Amino acid sequence: MRIESHPILSVARAEPFTFFFGEAELLAYPGETIASALFAHGIRVFGHHPKDGSPQGIFCANGQCAQCLVLADGRPVKACMTLVRPGLRVSPLDGLPQPPPAPERLGFRDVEEIAVEALVIGGGPAGMAAAVELGTLGVQTLLVDDKHRLGGKLLLQTHRFFGSRNAVYAGTRGIVIAEKLTAEVEAQKTVEVWLNSPALAVFSDKKVGILKEGRRYTLVQPQVLVVATGARERSLVFPGNTLPGVYGAGAFQTLVNRDLVRPAEKLFVVGGGNVGLIAAYHALQAGIEVVGLCEALPDCTGYKVHKDKLLRLGVPIYTSHTVVAAHGVEHVEGITIAQVDERLRPISGTEKTFICDTILIAVGLDPVDEFYRKAQEFGIPAFAAGDAQEIAEASAAIFTGRIAGRKAAQALGREVSIPLEWERTAAILKSKPGGIQARPQPPQLPVFPVIHCVQEIPCDPCAAVCPLGLIQVDPQDIRRPPRFTGERRCSGCARCVAFCPGLAITLVDFRRDPENPTVSVPWEFLEVPPPGTRVLAVDAEGTPLAEAELEGVGRVPGADHTTILRLKVAKEWALRVGGVRLRGSIPEIPPEPLPIPNEAVVCRCERVTAGEIRALIRQGVRDLNEIKAVTRAGMGACGGKTCRNLILRLFREEGVPPQEVTDLTPRPLFLEVPLGLFAGMEEL
Amino acid sequence: MSYDVVVIGAGSVGTPTGFYLAKQGLKVLVIDRLPSPGQGSNKAAIGGVRATHSDPAKIRLGLRTIEILSRFAEQYGYDVEWRSGGYVFVAYRPQEEKILKDLVALQRSYGLDIRWCGAEELLRIVPDLNPEGLRGGTYSPGDGHCSPLLLCHAYYELAKREGAEFKFGEEVVGIEVHNGRVRAVRTTQGVYPTAVVINAAGAWAAHIGKLLGVDHPVYPDCHEAGITEPVAPFLAPMIVDIRPGPGSANCYFHQLATGQIAFCITPDPPIWGEDLRETSAFLPQVARRIIQVVPRLAGIRVRRTWRGLYPMTPDGLPLVGWVEEVRGYLVAIGLCGQGVMLGPALGELLARLVAGLVLPEDQVVLHSLSPERSFERAEALR
Repeated sequence: MRIESHPILSVARAEPFTFFFGEAELLAYPGETIASALFAHGIRVFGHHPKDGSPQGIFCANGQCAQCLVLADGRPVKACMTLVRPGLRVSPLDGLPQPPPAPERLGFRDVEEIAVEALVIGGGPAGMAAAVELGTLGVQTLLVDDKHRLGGKLLLQTHRFFGSRNAVYAGTRGIVIAEKLTAEVEAQKTVEVWLNSPALAVFSDKKVGILKEGRRYTLVQPQVLVVATGARERSLVFPGNTLPGVYGAGAFQTLVNRDLVRPAEKLFVVGGGNVGLIAAYHALQAGIEVVGLCEALPDCTGYKVHKDKLLRLGVPIYTSHTVVAAHGVEHVEGITIAQVDERLRPISGTEKTFICDTILIAVGLDPVDEFYRKAQEFGIPAFAAGDAQEIAEASAAIFTGRIAGRKAAQALGREVSIPLEWERTAAILKSKPGGIQARPQPPQLPVFPVIHCVQEIPCDPCAAVCPLGLIQVDPQDIRRPPRFTGERRCSGCARCVAFCPGLAITLVDFRRDPENPTVSVPWEFLEVPPPGTRVLAVDAEGTPLAEAELEGVGRVPGADHTTILRLKVAKEWALRVGGVRLRGSIPEIPPEPLPIPNEAVVCRCERVTAGEIRALIRQGVRDLNEIKAVTRAGMGACGGKTCRNLILRLFREEGVPPQEVTDLTPRPLFLEVPLGLFAGMEEL
Repeated sequence: MSYDVVVIGAGSVGTPTGFYLAKQGLKVLVIDRLPSPGQGSNKAAIGGVRATHSDPAKIRLGLRTIEILSRFAEQYGYDVEWRSGGYVFVAYRPQEEKILKDLVALQRSYGLDIRWCGAEELLRIVPDLNPEGLRGGTYSPGDGHCSPLLLCHAYYELAKREGAEFKFGEEVVGIEVHNGRVRAVRTTQGVYPTAVVINAAGAWAAHIGKLLGVDHPVYPDCHEAGITEPVAPFLAPMIVDIRPGPGSANCYFHQLATGQIAFCITPDPPIWGEDLRETSAFLPQVARRIIQVVPRLAGIRVRRTWRGLYPMTPDGLPLVGWVEEVRGYLVAIGLCGQGVMLGPALGELLARLVAGLVLPEDQVVLHSLSPERSFERAEALR
C-alpha cells in the first residue's frame, strides 16, 4: 500500500505510469524504486534463491546486499536502487538469470580519469557537512553519493533532532536538515556533486573507481579523501531470519519515510537502541501497528525519551528478551521471542509468539569503513566522518563531517584551524545516554512546564526556544537534563512542548481551573480526536493515570507538524501526565514450536547455515577465508558485508578467543557492476 | 617428534603432496606461514586444468591430473566441481592462426586430443563467440576446470585422514643441514627434525632456497583476476585469446560450475614482485579484451577482483626434483601459475621420489623439469 497521508511528511506524487511485474500491469509514480513500486502493490517476494529455492525480497533497501534482485528488461538489478520506468518489464528472479544478450555494437571508450583536490564519498549529513567546509575554503571538491538525492539517512528522519541548536540544527526534523544542508552544498561554487554514483573501489595506485551516474566508470584521483559512507545494519542469526518481511530498521524507514509505502500491517521490532525505538515510532506514525519491541539487555539502550514515547502509545516493550524464530513459508507470518539469561541465551519455556507480517532487526550498526581502510593502506590522506568513523547520532555526524572537512583542507595545505571546542562538542554529541537524574520539585506557579526529560543526553533545543529564557541547559555540557528556573513568570506559550525532540515536556496551566488544570502535550499523529473526546491520560512512561477530556487542539508557530493537545486533568494527576493513548492491547498467541537454530542462515547470499559454520569451527577452523573456501560464505554478491560479523559472533559463541580468528580478506568491488561499463561501453 | 618429510607450503602443490606422501605411510608435516590451506596463490587461481601443453613433461602431468580429477568424487568422496568443458584457443588474426595450427600439429604428435576448428565449427561449440573476424581456433574437449579452493581443501582433509600433520601460521626461518644433509626445519614456533624437506612454497620458493644458500630462479609475477555474478550456464570451455593487447599478452576466462565467469589477463610487460594490492588498470583492460571475444559478457556484472602471484621461471617450466647441493632437499616450485593443473600429478610424483618408487615413465618428467637444467629454451606455449 502507498501512504496517502502522513502526519509529518507531505505526500505529493506526479502523474502515474504503468510498468509490468510478470504479466501484471501495475501503477507507479516517478521517483519510485522498483522495490517501492512492488511493495505498493503488496508484492514482497521478488524471487527465489538458485541454491535452495528460498524466497527472496528486500533486506537492506540500501544497495548493500543483493537479496532484492529482480530482472528489469531481462537484466538483473537491485530493486531497491533502480528507479522504475514507464513500460519497464520486471520479472521475479527465480534461480540463475540468463546472461543478457550481447550489445548491438561494441563501442569502447577510454575510461575517464580526473584529478580533484578533495573527494568526499557519501552525501549524508557527514559528507555534506564536510563538503560545505571544503567549499567554503575554496577547495575543488567532488562529492559522490550512490542515491538519487543528497541527504543520506537524513531523508528517513522525520523526527526532530537532538543535539545542540548552536552546533547542529537541534530541534529541526532530519528531513528539513537534509534540505538545508543540500542547499548549502549546492551554494558552494567549488563543490561538484555526482548523484547515483557509487564508489566501487579505492586502488593502490591512489585512484578511486566511481560509477558516474550509474553508467560511466570514472577514475578519480583525489589529493585527499573524506569517507562519509555511513553505517550498515547488523543482522542476527535465527531460524527464518532471511524470510521476506525481516528487514533492517533502516530498510523499513527507507520504504516508509522516503518512498512513502506502507510495507507492513503488523510489525515487531527487535532491538531497543535508538534506531529500533525511532523506527517503531515512525511505523506508528505511518499507521502501522507495532505488536511489540524486544531488547536483549535489561533495559533499552536508546534514549529514554524515545522509549517513553512508545510506552505512552501502548507499545509493549519486552526487555531481557530476544527473537528466537521468525515463522512463515514465503513471508513472515509471526515471531517468537524468549526471555534471556544473564549470558543473553534464550531460556526454554519463556517463549511468546505474536502474529506479525514484518520483523525489524535493529541490533546496532557497523561503520562502512572499507574505503577508509584501503585509503590508509595505500597511503592516500583520508579522513572518516560520521558513522563511517564512529556510530553515533546524525547530529554528531554533521559535526564530525565539519571537522573532517577542515582536516582535509589542512592536509591540502590550507591555512585553517579547527577550534578546540569542536572536538569537545563532537565528543559530547557522540556520547551514549547517561544516568537518570531525580526530578526537581514542581514550582508553585500558575503555569509552568513539567520536564519529563531526566536522562543525560546531548540535547538543548528547549533552552533555546523559551522566549523568556526560563529553561536552562548547562551550556558547558548539554548532556545535563534541562531545568525550569521559574525566575520569572512562564507565559504558557508551549514552545518548549512543541520543540522538544523527545516529546518530553508538558505544560500545566492552573489559571482557568485550579482543580482541573489544562495539560498541554505534544502529538505527532494524523488522527486528532475532536475536542470533547475522553482520552486516556498516561504518565511519561505510559502508565495509565486517568481519563481526561480533550479541551482543545493547537499549534505553535514554526513547529512544523507538531500538534498540541490540551487536556483537562484532575489536579492530582496533572503534573504526572506525559501523554495520551488511543489504542488497546496486543494479543499473544500460543508459542510456535521452534526450529533448530542450526538451520538459521548466516550467509544470505550463498545460503550458508549456522550449523555448517559451527561444525567447521568445532573442527578447529579459525580462518574466515577457509570457511569461505569450503562453504562459500562471504563469496556472494555482498562480499561478506552481512555475514562477516555473524561468523565472528559464532566464533565468540563457540568460545574461540578473537586473537585466534583470521578475518576475511577485503576485496573490491563494493558493488556489482556490468563488465561492459569497465570497458567504457555506454549501451549495454 | 621427528618426521620423514616436511613439506613447506600448503597450497596447490604442497597439500596434494602431503596427502600422497602420507598415503605411502610416511610421517609427514606440512607447514604454511598463512592461517589455513590454500591461502597463498591457490585461492587466487581460477581453476583451468589442461593437458594441452607443448612440453612433454607438462603434458604428462596434465593428463594425469585430469585423470585424477575426473574420478575424484567417486574415489575420494569430494566434489571439487570438475567440469570437462574443454579449452578453446581462438584466432582472429593470421598470426595466431599460424601459431595455434603449428601447435596443434605438435600436440597431436604427443597424442593429445586437440584439433583445429574453422570459425563455423567453433561457433557451434561456443555460440557466443564474436563471429566478426573469427578465423577459427583449437578445441581440446578433454581439458576442463575445477574449484582450486575445494580441490586444495579436499586434499587437506584427505591428508589429515592419512595421518599427515599441518602447522599453520608458522614461517620457516631456517633449515638445519648436517654433513650436507637436511636435518631439521626451524620455524617461528619450533624445530621439526626430518631427513627430507620439500619446497612447495610457490611464489615464496626463492626465500626458502636462500635459507639453504640455494638460488632458485623463481620470480613472482603479479596477475589480477576477477569474477562475475552467477548466470545460467552458457559457456562450457575455457576461452583463451593469445592476441597481445595494450598491457597484456593474452586473456582467458571460463564459466565455473557455480555459474560465475572467472577471468584473467597476463600482464605485459610482467609486473614483477609480490604486490597483492588491487590496481585501477586491471578492470578496464580485461573487460575490453574479453568482451571483444564474447560480447555477451558485457551485461554480466563483475563481483570481485583480486591479485595473485605466478611464480615464473626463465623457461616457463617448473623446477621439480632433488637439489644436488643439499641432500634431502626436494623442490616442486616455479609452477608458473599452473599449480592447480599440475599439483595433483606432481604430488604423486614427489611421493614416489621420496619413497624411492620412481616409475620408468617419470624419468621424462624429471629430466625435463630438473632443477639443475640450463634455461636456454622456452616453451612454445606457456
